[in-house]
Amino acid sequence: MTNSPQTRGQISIKDVVKIYDPEGAAVMAVDHCSLEIAAGEICMIVGPSGCGKTTLLNAIAGFHSINGGSIEMDGQLLCGPGKPQATPGSDRIVVFQNGALFPWKNVIDNLMFGPLMSGKLPFNEIKEKALYMMADAGLSGTENSFPGELSSGVKRRVEIVRALMNDPSVLLLDEPYRALDSLSKSVMHEALLDIYAKNKVTIFFITHDLQEALFLGTKLAIMTTRPCKPKKILTVDIPYPRSYSVVTEKRFRDLMEETSHLVHEEAKKSFAAGEKEG
Amino acid sequence: MFRPIQKFLFNRSSSRGLIAIIIFLLFWEVCSRSGVWFGIPVPWIGKVPAPTAVVHAWIPMLSDSGYWTSWLLSIKRVYIGFIFAMVIGIPFGLLLAINRTAYGLIFPTFEVFRPIPPLAWVPVAIIFWPTNEMSIAFVTFLGAFYTIVINVLGGAQAIDQRFFQAARSMGSSQGDVFKRIVFPAVVPSIAVGASVGMGITWNVVIAAEMISGGGSDGGGKGGGLGFFIWDSYLNNSYDLIVVGMISIGIAGYLSSGLIRIIGDHFTKWTRR
Repeated sequence: MTNSPQTRGQISIKDVVKIYDPEGAAVMAVDHCSLEIAAGEICMIVGPSGCGKTTLLNAIAGFHSINGGSIEMDGQLLCGPGKPQATPGSDRIVVFQNGALFPWKNVIDNLMFGPLMSGKLPFNEIKEKALYMMADAGLSGTENSFPGELSSGVKRRVEIVRALMNDPSVLLLDEPYRALDSLSKSVMHEALLDIYAKNKVTIFFITHDLQEALFLGTKLAIMTTRPCKPKKILTVDIPYPRSYSVVTEKRFRDLMEETSHLVHEEAKKSFAAGEKEG
Repeated sequence: MFRPIQKFLFNRSSSRGLIAIIIFLLFWEVCSRSGVWFGIPVPWIGKVPAPTAVVHAWIPMLSDSGYWTSWLLSIKRVYIGFIFAMVIGIPFGLLLAINRTAYGLIFPTFEVFRPIPPLAWVPVAIIFWPTNEMSIAFVTFLGAFYTIVINVLGGAQAIDQRFFQAARSMGSSQGDVFKRIVFPAVVPSIAVGASVGMGITWNVVIAAEMISGGGSDGGGKGGGLGFFIWDSYLNNSYDLIVVGMISIGIAGYLSSGLIRIIGDHFTKWTRR
């Protein structure tokens, strides 16, 4: 692999503004939002539904433009003055809320898609890498299954492995475990931390589940309801490896207490404003 | 060797189907043999030749070359129209789906033409095309064309945005996106369009054969199954009308079955 992952994926978001203008009614989705994410960090973005978290993620990924401010990764401008929209690239891979595995491709072909597109490695090496990573993530045996045959938990894992196949600097996760029940969720969390321990990729993780955020993250950014900007940013000083019993420890409960009212406040505002899911 | 047959006969749903068909045939036989029940004439079915009479008329047909020519002719017409509809309709539908300019220019006109029944084109087709055979093929083509285009267009427009975003993130070019995302995602819609289109093609070809008088090779029993029926009607051979109808049913069933098998082969991933 190229340069060490710990030195890649540093993101600085500066004064980003995003205004949606459907039918002339300008809606400010993101308002002068600034956030620094160090390389190799798991930054959890917590905020009520529809607050504009996904807008921020789409700006980093290059799916949407921004109206002001700038986003840089490893010192390179992604989008900002003179370049409203970042170019999508395999250094920033999104794992979508409802999943975006190609249903017409089986698991192995899904995993091989990105490297085949970039064409940097020969076919056999890509296949070897895919099989190796599958084994590493406990997915061996599902090579020839179509996504439709897999449980949603396994699908999520495959999708994260598909993202990692591209050697990204940052993984952009948009509420990937939202549709899972809480038991599968806890299994998925430990699996993600396991993957993180092995790959040390920077993770930008959107959620509205505070417990999930505190369990996974090195950093927590609680966002205001629309327009979105950080209300409070704090470091989660619980050492890794974390197992699920962490949630019962005192430090975890203290952090929970410290943050839950902030999240609750924003949720109430969001509810009063009648924000829709998004 | 008898296991499959045994299984078929004792399977609840297939044995039900078999019993229903037998009862229907018996009912039909009795009704058409005795046209009057308790002094009341049996409506409709009382005027139709009985199944035994139909079979009786059918047996000599099996060695009649004209009858088989009709089969081949109708099948040929259906497949020529259908294959042209696929070959032109699939790229056309994809073009409308991915190119906004093409959509803006073409779709309104397409929507004006679409409600015109293919059979309304028969007179124009006869005037436009040099041979009767080409006129029939053209009308058959129209029967499947609109359905295929609408299905491909709808299928392509319904592709989830996330697939495009994921593909672009992973470094796909426009061409890759088309080849690896748009096309495979549209295959199930093509399969649906093809199977519906095939049904319409049979409807159209039969009527076109009746109107155009059997086409250039036409005449007698050898002008296609549609003309076969019409000819039997003109000659008062009512038994043969029913033979023709059932033949169309069988031919249509076989064609749809073939299309379904091909479609299933390419859309395995949708049924998991």
